[in-house]
Amino acid sequence: MNARHRILAKLRNALPVENDMQAAPAVAGYYAANTLAPQTCQERVAQLRGLLQAAHAEVIVASRAAWVSLLAVRLAALGVGRLALNEDTEEGRQLAATLRESSGSVTLLPFDKPIETWKQELFDTVDAGFTVADSAIAATGTLVFKSSPAQPRSLSLVPPLHVALVRAETIHAHMFAAALEEQWAAAMPTNLVMVSGPSKTSDIQQTLAYGAHGPKQMLVVIVSGEGESA
Amino acid sequence: MEKRIYPAPPQQVYLFGTCLIDLFVPEAGMDALRLLEQAGVAVDFPMGQSCCGQPAYTSGNEASARTVAAAQMALFQEDWPIVVPSGSCAGMMRHHWPKLFAADPVLGPRAKVLAERTFELTEFLVEVLKVDFAALHAQSTVAPPPIKVALHTSCSARREMGTRSHGLALLRALPGVELVEQKNEAECCGFGGVFSLKHPDISGAMVADKTAAIEASGCDQLVSADAGCLCNIGHAAEHQGRALKVEHLASFVARRLRGEAQS
Amino acid sequence: MSTQTTTQPLQFHPSADFKNRSREALADTKLRQNFRGAMDFLRGKRSAQFPDENELENLRDLGEAVRKHALRNLPQLLEKLETQLTANGVQVHWAETAEEANAIIHGIAVGRGAKSVIKGKSMASEEIELNDYLGERGITCVESDMGEYVVQLAHEKPSHIVMPAIHKTKGDIAELFHEEIPDTPYTEDVDELIQIGRKTLRQMFVDADIGLSGVNFAIAETGTLWLVENEGNGRLSTTIPNTHIAIMGIEKVVEKLEQVIPLASLLTRSATGQAITTYFNLISGPRRPGELDGPREVHLVLLDNGRSQAFEDAELRATLQCIRCGACMNHCPVYARLGGHAYGTVYPGPIGQIISPHLLGLDDTRDLPTASSLCGACAEVCPVRIPIPQLLIRLRTEAQRNPGEAVAHRLKGQGASYSLGEQLVWKFWTGAYAHPSLHRIFRWLATRLRAFAPKQQMGWTRFRTPLQPAERSLHDLMAERKGNRL
Repeated sequence: MNARHRILAKLRNALPVENDMQAAPAVAGYYAANTLAPQTCQERVAQLRGLLQAAHAEVIVASRAAWVSLLAVRLAALGVGRLALNEDTEEGRQLAATLRESSGSVTLLPFDKPIETWKQELFDTVDAGFTVADSAIAATGTLVFKSSPAQPRSLSLVPPLHVALVRAETIHAHMFAAALEEQWAAAMPTNLVMVSGPSKTSDIQQTLAYGAHGPKQMLVVIVSGEGESA
Repeated sequence: MEKRIYPAPPQQVYLFGTCLIDLFVPEAGMDALRLLEQAGVAVDFPMGQSCCGQPAYTSGNEASARTVAAAQMALFQEDWPIVVPSGSCAGMMRHHWPKLFAADPVLGPRAKVLAERTFELTEFLVEVLKVDFAALHAQSTVAPPPIKVALHTSCSARREMGTRSHGLALLRALPGVELVEQKNEAECCGFGGVFSLKHPDISGAMVADKTAAIEASGCDQLVSADAGCLCNIGHAAEHQGRALKVEHLASFVARRLRGEAQS
Repeated sequence: MSTQTTTQPLQFHPSADFKNRSREALADTKLRQNFRGAMDFLRGKRSAQFPDENELENLRDLGEAVRKHALRNLPQLLEKLETQLTANGVQVHWAETAEEANAIIHGIAVGRGAKSVIKGKSMASEEIELNDYLGERGITCVESDMGEYVVQLAHEKPSHIVMPAIHKTKGDIAELFHEEIPDTPYTEDVDELIQIGRKTLRQMFVDADIGLSGVNFAIAETGTLWLVENEGNGRLSTTIPNTHIAIMGIEKVVEKLEQVIPLASLLTRSATGQAITTYFNLISGPRRPGELDGPREVHLVLLDNGRSQAFEDAELRATLQCIRCGACMNHCPVYARLGGHAYGTVYPGPIGQIISPHLLGLDDTRDLPTASSLCGACAEVCPVRIPIPQLLIRLRTEAQRNPGEAVAHRLKGQGASYSLGEQLVWKFWTGAYAHPSLHRIFRWLATRLRAFAPKQQMGWTRFRTPLQPAERSLHDLMAERKGNRL
């Protein structure tokens, strides 16, 4: 008998019935009854934007046509010199193309190789990482990132500025709706991360400070039909 | 907390005086009786009563608690409400007696019936009898001088019985009585029965903060509907040399209705 | 195979002298002020998160239902979790004791030739005192949560399960950083202090061989570890090093992903008064082919360490509903005055008082169950409705039970507070209060001999004037009113 058997045997001995799964808690019922969900896409954009800003993120709402040039201008204004991104996403390619054409001062660092080959460089020399969120959650001001070859985990984590694009139509009302509509449980990525602002801490005398270990700054671009055009 | 549904006013009630009031604050028991009678209810005080069993129960001596509680349960044969001038003892009878006797085929159901019939005094006056204290006050010939009071609600009264609102309602109904706020009002005074004996330092620190907060509230006196808290706060204040007067809520209300300024 | 045969985890500091430590803590004015301020702040933050009482109560009902459901199905959920995690490429280990858990983690480290471990926050690793264990064997553990880092730098223990350095002021930390971190000027600016911590720890994420983390919730159906944090150190620890080892108590598993959503909401709102934390980090496996980062190996250590003792008893099982938000300590009048260190256990405050006896046995924790006025503030805020006062009373019963008495579920250290003297007192009390004729004599004596009431009444008179019975009892007054003879 090993530890596993002993632990499980002890737990089993203590239970009157072997399987009690049927009395499952009514999670769906709760969220149907208790959550005032923002109905329209516009309302969701507004809520997401407001909460992200309250969490110290900068938010740009832009149209499909205009976001890339607006972002390029903003990156220049922020003094971003070295930007890591993955060009396997449409928006990643678009941004890379725009930045290359603009002959500005931004150096592009494609995240297309295993982290081991450039770990120190990533930690020490990259100013910003550009990511495309898989979806977002209005109720908590949250972006959702699912790891994949095109979505390295550290791109939203290691550079001091995290630039994230989210498409307005992917914003869910609340977390339960996101998990349900996207069927998270059916196909979990190796890493699903929900991000609700730049990294922070209140560990010193309950005083809020940003930029603990993750990004110090977060810039979110919400691409929406109703966004600002260039 | 589940919202309690209250019965119509009865003709007669039992008064359960509690062991602390019995020995240390007996006038509070008499004032509870007067308030009930003033509201037109006949009061029966079973002479065989002693204690709800809480001291033994909370200190982990279930068997003793059961023996003492069972002795009380035999006293309330009529179908009358049992009114208790203590949130703590009322909470014991209403919430813990059924648990204590859950496995007992005879006393278990009996405990449940009694639990349903148990009411804390202020709760009973406000919710069941719906006493109009302002009107009673108006009948009194002398108007007592204005006074500032701080209310201390015991933890059981607040969290088990939900009767803080009733204490407040009673005091607010009395002309000339101004309620003053104290800091951290919801925090325990540190009595906790045997806690004050087993961990005197912690309990002492808690009551020291409590008396300081009450004094800083600028009240003329403190009222509470629980004798345990009153003894704790009152005797601590006395030990600290503070001129803080404490009084059971029942006595305070009865006195104001009589038009007396000082007890 | 029972807990009685397992060795006492010696790594815990004994909590036997709780009373001395609490006296010291109470006398420390600065500590008292720090905690008072912090508790008031956290209470305010929490209550601001729950403006709608109905929503709060409904959510607590749901949270309780989720946790109870998980515990009712615990063995099969653990097996399901193991199956799913294994299918996802995660290696699952089981540890009955702290010693076993440490040995498993050490074994993994040795197998990888690891020299250094970067740690995300993990109370389970505090519980097994992993840092000391690995340190003694030449492997360095560095805490990366800012609060844990401060505590480690000061060679202390966390004083709170969510905010480990809550007992320290920024001045304390300024001094600590100035003295312990080379070339660090003294500064009380919190932003600067955090940046110092960030800079000092950053290279360690790059260099560490192993990242170690705790787990907030584990999801059986998907084989997912759900981690909650604000700083990003948890993500870095579980993303950058080649090997990630997670450690969690066996009670933390729930059946479905959707069931964690209400728990996570309750956790962040109850703990720090946040609607959500910066990161919810859901880990379901190591780096897959084609992925460019993430650990190549993920391990999960499932820790019992006394939890199954609580599980065995239907009433005490509720202890394991806990999601470690710390709201009970934030609202506890005892914790607010003592702080966490006085408890002498890894988990302080009300949750510590009910879980520690299972982890350590009642012999070492006998004073914890009684260190409560049973005010109920903890149960009032508990997001999963653990009846903490009820469980404290139960532990008092078990601590006072005759050590020789045979019971269905014997707790380690049964009868640790058994005292013949106290039993006699209760016997006398029971006699006096259960028999009206004896009670009448007792009342008569108490009132007539009131002048002889002792001036010293145990602990009572250290802080209060003595209690003295009234001249006439309520019974006397009632008898007079009735015109009855007493």
